[in-house]
Amino acid sequence: MLPALPLDEAGPYVAAAYLVFFALVLIYVAIMAAKLGRIERDLTELTELAERREADETAADQHEHERVGATRE
Amino acid sequence: MTYGKGLRPLAALTALTLTAAFALVFFFAPLDADQGFVQKIFYVHVPIGIVALVGFMAGGVFAIQHLRTRDPRHDLRSYVAIHIAIVLALGTLVTGSIWAKASWGSWWVWQEPMLVSFLIVFLLYACYTPLRFSIEDKERQARYASVFAIVAGAFVPLNFAAVRMAEAYIHPRTFATTGGGIPGDMFLTFLVALAGIGLLFVTLWKYEMASKNATFKLRALRRTLAGDELAPARRSAAPTL
Repeated sequence: MLPALPLDEAGPYVAAAYLVFFALVLIYVAIMAAKLGRIERDLTELTELAERREADETAADQHEHERVGATRE
Repeated sequence: MTYGKGLRPLAALTALTLTAAFALVFFFAPLDADQGFVQKIFYVHVPIGIVALVGFMAGGVFAIQHLRTRDPRHDLRSYVAIHIAIVLALGTLVTGSIWAKASWGSWWVWQEPMLVSFLIVFLLYACYTPLRFSIEDKERQARYASVFAIVAGAFVPLNFAAVRMAEAYIHPRTFATTGGGIPGDMFLTFLVALAGIGLLFVTLWKYEMASKNATFKLRALRRTLAGDELAPARRSAAPTL
């Protein structure tokens, strides 16, 4: 083993080791955040799809209602 | 099952414990008589190494549960535990390498059983995701991955015991069985750092499980709403529920 490094030489090594740890956690959280963004986009898309479908069904019901009314008259 | 439950207090506790650990490292733990300031790397390097190995073994335990019950949720738990443990193992190798350069003057020492055995464990688990990706049938993929996780998980403590029994070249044995050991102040700091990184593992595991669960629920909802409009699922190493 080498003799202990003085503080000014040891500092960068210690800083580098802790930075590696923080960088790994940060990259992991960033990837998870990107995935969360994708989930949010998918959710928006599905909400729009559900709303569109509901609007279509309402329009179809209304059309059917008008058709039945016209037949009675 | 909702994995997001309790995630916020857990994340806060993790942040608090890690902050306390790093404060103890730099303001409380004494300087090592032999290595001086460089020894501070110990408080990040050893805990992430231990948590990575425990994570690999946890992956094996979930895999046993998967093979016993055939419940795909256990396969997902195993996959996520191994996934996070691989990230921590990579961190252990890099921080260890930095410490080696500062202490021994070399980034890597091939004669040292501790370093080489950890690299073998890391490379073994590096095969886990490609193994999963190579199998298209999801049921078979989960079964094979579970067998791999159990065998590799059993290898971890055996490998650790073998290294403890082997003669050290230059790498110190952290908690020596004969004589020495670390002083109380350093040990307390180490325990707080270990608790912080252990909590970080659990938080990230729950976070990823919650994310995967939400993705699967959305996929099921899309299937219900979109029906035939749904694009075929891409080939993936990740389990599906």
